[in-house]
Amino acid sequence: MMPVLEVKIGNLSFKNPVLTASGTFGYGLEYSQFVDLNILGGIVVKGLSLKPKQGNPPPRIYETPCGMINSIGLQNIGLEAFKKEKLPFLKKFNTNIIVNFFGENLDEYIEVAKLLDETEGVHALEMNVSCPNKTSEWRKMGLEPELLREAIKRVRLHIKKPLIVKLAPQVTEIALMARICEEEGADAVSLINTIPAMVIDIKTRKSMIGTLTGGLSGPAIRPVALRAVWEVAQAVKIPVIGVGGIVSAEDALQFLIAGAKAIQVGTANFINPIATVEIIEGIKQFLIEENIKDINEIIGSFKE
Amino acid sequence: MNKLFKSKVISNEALTEEIYLISLEISDDVKTKPGQFCILRVNQRLDPLLGRPFSIFEHEKGEIKFLYRLKGKGTNILTKLKKGDSITLTGPFGRWYPFPEGDFIVIAGGIGLASVYYLIKKFPQRAYLFYGVRNEKEILFYEELKRLSKQLYISTEKETSYAYKGVITELFREKSIQLPFPIYACGPMMMLKELKKIVNENRPCYVATEERMACGVGACLGCVIKTREDFKRVCTEGPVFELKELVL
Repeated sequence: MMPVLEVKIGNLSFKNPVLTASGTFGYGLEYSQFVDLNILGGIVVKGLSLKPKQGNPPPRIYETPCGMINSIGLQNIGLEAFKKEKLPFLKKFNTNIIVNFFGENLDEYIEVAKLLDETEGVHALEMNVSCPNKTSEWRKMGLEPELLREAIKRVRLHIKKPLIVKLAPQVTEIALMARICEEEGADAVSLINTIPAMVIDIKTRKSMIGTLTGGLSGPAIRPVALRAVWEVAQAVKIPVIGVGGIVSAEDALQFLIAGAKAIQVGTANFINPIATVEIIEGIKQFLIEENIKDINEIIGSFKE
Repeated sequence: MNKLFKSKVISNEALTEEIYLISLEISDDVKTKPGQFCILRVNQRLDPLLGRPFSIFEHEKGEIKFLYRLKGKGTNILTKLKKGDSITLTGPFGRWYPFPEGDFIVIAGGIGLASVYYLIKKFPQRAYLFYGVRNEKEILFYEELKRLSKQLYISTEKETSYAYKGVITELFREKSIQLPFPIYACGPMMMLKELKKIVNENRPCYVATEERMACGVGACLGCVIKTREDFKRVCTEGPVFELKELVL
């Protein structure tokens, strides 16, 4: 018997719990030469803003032990171009399209969210609350509980589609941030975003990254992400989506056992373009071997 | 077309202390063009995490070669590979050199030869090749280059019987008046900057660029380079650009 892989987040059903992480899978098209996108539980597309954004000056990436630092600066084509140029392609596939979004300030967050809510073919929204904009007071909305509360409350008012909030890890208590999201009506939380990090060239004494610091991703952050997911899963009733350094089915299963209802594959796409497919297949195999009929039996099955 | 291959090493030899040539198996149906690149990754490792992009040096049916310089952790692991070892190859990726219609000029700085050799080989006896290296020992494939190019100019830091003393762009500048052909170039940033000063914008000049890269398919936006319009991705909008487009 084939095990059931379907999971639900809010009223949205996913054929399996494996999604792609924002910023690591482009707009889907880039990886369609390797992966049949129909196989995926969902695709979270590159963070979108109202207007196109040029992003940060290079160098934008630097490899670190079992990881990499990036400072892309949320470069994206903007909402209009996404709807015109990217969404028609994505709509052809039988998978959930989740759009990660952000704004320069809260009004812009609301505006993008509203427009995405009205856009056919977008199944859910993922709100990026670690906005790197240096000028707006809202840049810290993911780090300060009361700003987060205000932001989620106001965005939620304007959208009907499932709202996922992507949490930053560099907070005192991530479970508290997740509880705030839940209280203000978020349908799910995804965590963790990259961890602020840097590398210095000792000869030039300069940073290896154009903007001096960037976000660390990859297997190096996986244990940190797993711990965060485990803590949050105990603190909230809304679904938790685990993200951070997942490269194999075993990694993914750890997150599911810790309480994640779904997971996102990020940096792994860069090192193995068919990582998502291998992870789905590996999860299936594990369930068969362990004689588990439904993936939901394993979610949150962690034993102390 | 499939772009992900579980490949095997055919050979991997040191040509100098730091330059290596690796030859890999590849399916017969794969088509590549000069200027394109592939990403090589030694299986299963998480450190170093990312694969490494390399220009295609040569490609014949079933066999693809890459010329690389030992530079860090990633290339160090590559140098250890032996015949029969497995390696993952993805590609080919990127925009290639537009095919020259008649004679053409090629300027290669050091390991930059890795990107242009395939072009010279595909269009034999048509390239005026300017090849700059630091010293005589670094001159690679001398016989082949002599045979494949219409004219071969070499520069080194020291004057020798067959090499001009100085940088290759200087030698090119001296000769360029008599050679009104399109230019194809690959080399260090200094070389490209010099070229930018010398080459008139009306003259076609295609250069292959390099940046730290992660995905290779245009998704991560990590490998961007500054152009006159905006940032462009070396992996998909390059690696070959028109020199006049680039802000160096």
